[in-house]
Amino acid sequence: MKILKLPKPQLDFFASVLQQFGEVHAPVERNGKFVFQRLARWSDARLDYNRTILPPKKYFLPPRERLFDYREGAGYVPATDELDKRTVLFGVHACDIYALNILDTVFGGPYPDPYFQARRKNVAIIGIDCTPDEHCFCRSMRADFVESGFDLFFHDIGDYFLTFVESARGDDMVLATESLFEEVTRADYVEYKRRSSRKRESFRLDVEIRDLPEIFEIEYHADIWDDLGDKCLSCGNCSMVCPTCYCFDVIDSAGLGTPEGERIRHWDSCLFATHALVAGGENFRGSRSSRIKFRFYHKQRGFVAEYGRPSCVGCGRCIEVCPVGIDIIEVINRLRGVEHARVE
Amino acid sequence: MLELSEAVAACHPVRRDNPYRPQMARIVRVYKMVEDNYLFTLRFLDDRLADTFIHRPGQFVMLSLPGTGEAPFSISSSPTRRGFIELCVRRVGRVTGALYRLNTNDVVGVRGPYGNGFPVEDMGGADLLLVAGGLGMAPLRSLLWYAIDSRDKFKDITLMYGARTPTDMLFRDELVSLVDRPDMRCLLTVDRDPSGSWRNHVGLLPALFDHAEINPAATYAAVCGPPVVFRFVLDRLLALGFTKDRILMSLERRMKCGVGKCGHCSIGYKYTCIHGPIFTYWDAINLPELV
Repeated sequence: MKILKLPKPQLDFFASVLQQFGEVHAPVERNGKFVFQRLARWSDARLDYNRTILPPKKYFLPPRERLFDYREGAGYVPATDELDKRTVLFGVHACDIYALNILDTVFGGPYPDPYFQARRKNVAIIGIDCTPDEHCFCRSMRADFVESGFDLFFHDIGDYFLTFVESARGDDMVLATESLFEEVTRADYVEYKRRSSRKRESFRLDVEIRDLPEIFEIEYHADIWDDLGDKCLSCGNCSMVCPTCYCFDVIDSAGLGTPEGERIRHWDSCLFATHALVAGGENFRGSRSSRIKFRFYHKQRGFVAEYGRPSCVGCGRCIEVCPVGIDIIEVINRLRGVEHARVE
Repeated sequence: MLELSEAVAACHPVRRDNPYRPQMARIVRVYKMVEDNYLFTLRFLDDRLADTFIHRPGQFVMLSLPGTGEAPFSISSSPTRRGFIELCVRRVGRVTGALYRLNTNDVVGVRGPYGNGFPVEDMGGADLLLVAGGLGMAPLRSLLWYAIDSRDKFKDITLMYGARTPTDMLFRDELVSLVDRPDMRCLLTVDRDPSGSWRNHVGLLPALFDHAEINPAATYAAVCGPPVVFRFVLDRLLALGFTKDRILMSLERRMKCGVGKCGHCSIGYKYTCIHGPIFTYWDAINLPELV
């Protein structure tokens, strides 16, 4: 990978160049929290943010989007709303990029999702390193570093950003600034490695994941799921803020008295009571405990079977937003040690 | 049987650009088989698509009713009968309710075929035992006619089908006409016969096992029906000595995409739409949320 460095005072100028690659979005402060949004001015960007309320998935799988227009005679015509809009997402953390790479596997495969794919192509990503806070456990989830899925990645090494150039578009961004970027020296690498290892040691949360599939199998009937079911409000907040939750529902909306209409998809959550409800009234996950168990199970165990790793990236959002304090780390630790399987 | 896989893979009308996009199809026939259980025959408006569409027995399509929505239905017709698709639809929800309000010549959306379907390549050369209860005949009918139409690819073929009464029996006339066929065994039973004119068996489905000689080691069993059927039939098959990976079942869940994305049809960590809907009994009992 091409590696360069950018003097920190030049960041503003670099940002001004980015507009030619699309509308620039970055984390901005809102009521003490952070959100990714379009920058009114570059100085609004808060590159020191801890985490945004919603992850960048909203740019690729919008909370609500039109899939088709239905017209009599024409059938289902794919909607192309803003699919070709070029955006530059500046300041994405490694865990969130990792999450996008995980979504790539879901929305790729033998049936690629053309909406997701188009946006993934047209949204440039510039990553930035971060300092873990009390909710971060990306290191445990092996998502504290990411080697693909972005265009550029900036690492703070003091007076410079060490810049990994991952894509041709990233390279174009570098070239568009003429000679802003400099050659990297041995000392820069030493500093980079020093800071990496310091970051590694600064995590306050740690959880072992390698044997989680087995632990989840063993504890499938553990009391903890009933406890969590009693506590969980089925509000779905954790799914909405999760960078790898991708469940969606599809609804048709028709105009009154017209044969025309739209097919819309919107975010859904496996915690919602209707998620596994079928016509005729059978609900395969009617209880809250079965739903919250399913969510953990799918993320931490099921995904391993399908894609070789948990889909959780340890961003800490679900811990932060849960109104009743359900904490994934606590759940895993209880499963691992304290709980005993109920004999059935 | 490789040619069927290849044909299905080659002819996937919606997969190339947009897997969610339905193709329009015309309802060419509505056959009232049973009260609230009609057989809808569809043909794609695009003739080329209509003539090339092919599926594996056990696969399903997503049926779209403009303005109402989309739902999955197993294909009841056999891939050996080309040009149209038959869906056996029970009136049970919003989409099916809207479908029942349509008539011949109305247009609906169809995409697919999806799902794994029965492993007919592996089943080739073996005896086939199809066991259906109630509505379970809908997905098995595709396999039944595929086997009959490809008679030389299989050894003994046995169908056991049970319904509550003769008027509840799906595909009744067609199945009754198979009873006297020399090249297969078609055993039909009803729990009771209020009319008194039923000429086949009366009694519960598992009792049909007394009328057929089954060689478990050489047989693939395909079972479909309500939970009570699974319970009694599976016990019976295991008692006969079937291994769990030669018992195949078709499962159903809520589906929104049909292509392994929307998350709704998951059972444990399997997606019914791509890992299924056909599961071996072994796979099924290892799905934590099966029942």
